[in-house]
Formats: sequence, structure tokens, C-alpha cells
Amino acid sequence: MLYREAGDFKSTYPSDNQTFPIRFDRYAYWALIGFAFLVVPFLLTDYWANSIVIPLLIYVIAALGLNILIGYCGQLSLGTGAFMAVGAYATFKLTTAFPWMPIYIVFILAGLVTAAVGVLFGLPSLKIKGFYLAVATLAAQFFLIWLFTRVGWFFNDSATGMISMPERTVFGVLVTGPAASAMAVYMTCLVFVVGMAWLARNLTRGTVGRTWMSIRDMDIAAEIIGVNPLIAKLTAFAVSSFFVGVAGALLFGVYLGAAEAGEAFGINKSFLVLFMVIIGGLGSILGSFLGAAFLIVLPVLLKVFLVDALGWPADLARHLEVMIIGALIVLVLIVEPHGMAALWRTAKEKLRLWPFPH
Amino acid sequence: MTVEQREQVPMLDTQTEGYVTADGRQIGGVVMELKNITLRFGGVVAIKDISFDIRHGEIRAIIGPNGAGKSSMLNVISGFYNPQEGELIYKGYKRPQMRPYKVSRMGIARTFQNIALFEGMSVLDNIMTGRMHHMKAGFLSQAFWWGAAAREEAENREAVEKIIDFLEIQAIRKTPVSRLPYGLKKRVELARALAAEPQILLLDEPMAGMNVEEKEDMSRFILDVNDEFGTTTVLIEHDMGVVMDLSDRVVVMDYGKKIGDGTPEEVMNNQDVIDAYLGVSHD
Repeated sequence: MLYREAGDFKSTYPSDNQTFPIRFDRYAYWALIGFAFLVVPFLLTDYWANSIVIPLLIYVIAALGLNILIGYCGQLSLGTGAFMAVGAYATFKLTTAFPWMPIYIVFILAGLVTAAVGVLFGLPSLKIKGFYLAVATLAAQFFLIWLFTRVGWFFNDSATGMISMPERTVFGVLVTGPAASAMAVYMTCLVFVVGMAWLARNLTRGTVGRTWMSIRDMDIAAEIIGVNPLIAKLTAFAVSSFFVGVAGALLFGVYLGAAEAGEAFGINKSFLVLFMVIIGGLGSILGSFLGAAFLIVLPVLLKVFLVDALGWPADLARHLEVMIIGALIVLVLIVEPHGMAALWRTAKEKLRLWPFPH
Repeated sequence: MTVEQREQVPMLDTQTEGYVTADGRQIGGVVMELKNITLRFGGVVAIKDISFDIRHGEIRAIIGPNGAGKSSMLNVISGFYNPQEGELIYKGYKRPQMRPYKVSRMGIARTFQNIALFEGMSVLDNIMTGRMHHMKAGFLSQAFWWGAAAREEAENREAVEKIIDFLEIQAIRKTPVSRLPYGLKKRVELARALAAEPQILLLDEPMAGMNVEEKEDMSRFILDVNDEFGTTTVLIEHDMGVVMDLSDRVVVMDYGKKIGDGTPEEVMNNQDVIDAYLGVSHD
């Protein structure tokens, strides 16, 4: 009964155009933000933080980035893992070269470095489309990972070939390194997620977003309408890579702490983020959240259920887990090919009518 | 020619006088002149040495049997094809070869024969996309939704709402285009072209596949647009009744050549045109 536009009159275009036009949505959003900032930090245990919450937040950023590229601009990319690696290695190089630099600035700079690399590898998109572009971005995936494992400069010639994150503080609170508290890491990730989701929403609601979507839906018509395809595609690559780069920086900086390019940022990562975007819903900010939640939370829940509740052996549970998740992915895509965001949209339309049938 | 340069160019070629139409509208000077345009695709000659002009404020029709080269002509005007020979004079200046998105910035908007709307976007977003040239907010301003971006969005929304009112599509403004029936899609496409506030509006078969009622609606909109905004309109249409009623002057094409040019009455009585439509052997 709460879920109504009726009686909620909009008298200006900005208010008609806002992110949550329905009052109930707006309250829910602020309640959620308040809960995430004021309640969760105090409830968070190390187990919950490390197995669910932190990876979830980080992958949300990566999924947002890939969704901008695939969902909004229609350019297929399989290089996400490598772009995350660029963010991670940029973080490592920057923070070891300039130890005085505030770590949040380092993360953002790492994102910008990734954006530049993304534009470079996005250049083929001007000539090739669809699956062929996906194959071209695979080149980025393999080349960059090769670069990061072979060229000593990137990992400061460490004997193991790994990069490890030194300890950095924000306002005197340790946020990186193994000694950082779960709360500090959580707050760092949360600030980035909220900020980046806000950026993504702003970019997709205005002219930039419309030029991206016009290229996605019909590129020839878009050009005749007046969209410069060069700028539209390259900005999409830049923004997407920026997001993915920040995600990689956070994954390495505050979550893994130490990483090796081939292992942490292989092609599996590219596919993981791609699945998040497809399952969550292409061209939807909410979808990026839902997709990341699906693929991060579900394995943990399954493990808790199978191993802890049913008492199955851990290795059997792990194999079954993969099969169940695979089956669920197929199921979701059969039930709603446009992803979980579309399911939510349908549910909302039904909610508006509920409890009346018409 | 950049947008800034365009502003300095005089609106019209003042050397040529206009004329007054049968229904008493004053038609101005020449906005666009096509001189000896020839367009080839490999060995196929799509357009052969065609010249005609488009005057300010008139409704100019291009007709001809299938495959006559009408759509190619429109594609030449909108910059999608570059003719091998001939020149295109727009507002008194020769237009160099340029990408279509630049042509559209110079004030030429069009609709397509097969609807080319952005299916994944709402009606409102489609029309707003057409208004792109009027929105200049920088990238950062949009990213932070601060200053120019938010202001422009509201201002241009107002302009778009006027077009929505004009074309009577208020009820569907937030509907995804993919859910609309054919006739409405055609109307939304017209709205998107109008949103750019073009100097020349190109309509490629705006009434193809419509029933009589929809055709009447569309005709009314085309006339109203011309009346109210003074938009110069170039249209391709197969329905002869519509063409003869709407247009001020008609170009007739057949096999890539121009076979007639003049008022609807002149064209209807032209022997070449009658031959082309009724069919005689081409030697």
C-alpha cells in the first residue's frame, strides 16, 4: 500500500527526473545508507568482512565499471581481469614510489592510470564490434598479465614476483596491510562504492549516458543524430576502466594485501565480473549490485548450508557448490534473460497494483 | 565548418527571390543547393548528375519508383554518403566532405525509412538524445551532476516537453520504445528529429506502413511543424495523394536521374513522370 506514485506529484523537471521517484524507494535508500554506515561497522566480524562484505563491495565497483561498457555502451570486453591488475599494480608502484601520498588519492590515481590503459585497448572498438571486439580485448587480458609477470619493474623485482601492499593509514587509522581492522577496510570500501555508484548514476542519466546508449542500440542512427562515435566509445572505455581499476586497486590494497598478476587477475576474473553483469542485468546500476551479490554471497551461503548445517565433507561441498551455482545462473537467465534487475522491475510494477488485480 | 563558423554564415542566399505557395505561404531563398550530384557504388550509379534546390520554409518532396535513388539522395544530404561528383551548397557555402555527426550539428536532422530509434531507451531519452547539440555541460559537471549539467537537463527537458505536447505523445513519454506500436514509433522518431531544432528536416517515408488514420495524423504533424516552426522539410513518400497534398515542390527521380521538378500540378502533367510510373520501355 505504501508503494505508490499516486499523490506524489512532481512539479519540477529535476524532481520528476530524480533517481528514486517513488517516495518509498527514497526512504528505503536512505535507510539502507544509514544502516551501511552507522550499523554494519559495529556488527561486522572478521569472518563476515573477509568472506562476504568486503569482496562484495569491491566486485560491485568492478561490475559497475563493466556494466557501463557492456550494458550501457554495448562494447563487449573480456579484459576486466587485466584492467583490475592495472589498478592493482598502479597502486603498488605509486604507493611505493610516493609513500607520503594519501592512500585514497593513490586508489583514485590508479583508477585514472587504468582509464588511460583502457582507452588504449579500446581503440580497436572504433573498427570492430561484438564478439570480434571481445576477442580483441582478450589480447589486452593476456598481454597485460604477461607484462606484469615478466617485467621486473612492475613488481619492483621482488624475488617471488608478487606485489605486497605496505601499511597505509587514513586519518591515523590503518586501512591496508594485515593488521588493518575489518571496520576500517569496510568503511574504505563503502565510501568508494557509494561514491562510484553515485558517479555511475550521474553519468548514465545525462547526455554522456544517452550517447553511450544510442551507440549501443543503433550506432549508425546515433551518428546521424549527431553522436561522435569515437568520443562515445572511448569515454565508455575510459570510465569503465576507471571503475575496474579502482576495484583492482581496492582488491589488492585492502583485501588481498599481496597478489600475483596471473593468479589474482587471470581470465577467471574477467568472466566472473562478466557473469555478475549479465546475471544482475545489463544497463542497470542496481543490476551491478544484485549480480555481484549473487555471485559473491551465494557460494558462502551454500558452503555454510552444506558444510556447517548438513555436515558434508568440505571438498564434496565445494564441487557441488560450483554445480549448483552454475545451475542457478542458467535458471536465472531462463526465467529472466534481462537479469535480476529486470525481475525487480517486474516486481515493482506488480507492487504498484497490489493488492488490487488491475 | 565548425558550429561557431556556421553561426556567422548568413541564414539565406539572398540573391534568389522566394515565391508564394498556392495556400499563401511565403517561401524564402535557397537554403541548400545540390549541383550535379553523382553517387556511385562500384559500378552501380545510384544518382546520376542531379541538381535541385531546397528553399527556406518549403516542403520539398522527392518521389520516384522503387530503386530510383531517393533514399541515396537523402543520405547524401545527411552526409551519410559522399557523392563522387558534384557539390552541395548549404547556406551559401560549399559543404566539404564531413562525418554525419558534424552534418547534424549544422542543423540537418532526419528520420529513417526503417525506424531507427534507440530501442533500449525510453521515449523521453530518445528525444533528449536528439537535443544533444543544445547541451554543452562538460564531462565532470555531468559526473558530479553539478552546475551546468543539472541545469541544462531541466532546460532541455522543457523544450522536449513542448515537442511531446505538440506531437501528442504525453502518455508514453516514459515508456521504453521497444513496447510501442509502429505508428507511435514513427511519431517518436519525428519528435527526436524535431528536438534538434533543425534548419532542414529530412523525412524518409514518414508514412510507410501506416493506415489512413495514422497517415492523416502524420500529415497534419508535418504541416503543423512547417507552419509553427517554419522548418524546411524534405520528404520521400510513395503515397501520391499525400505527396501532392503536402508538398510545395516535387523532385521526381527514376533510375538515378531527375525526370521532373516543379509544383505538384506541373509534375503530374509531366510526360516523363507519367511514363516512369506507368512504365514504358527504357531504351
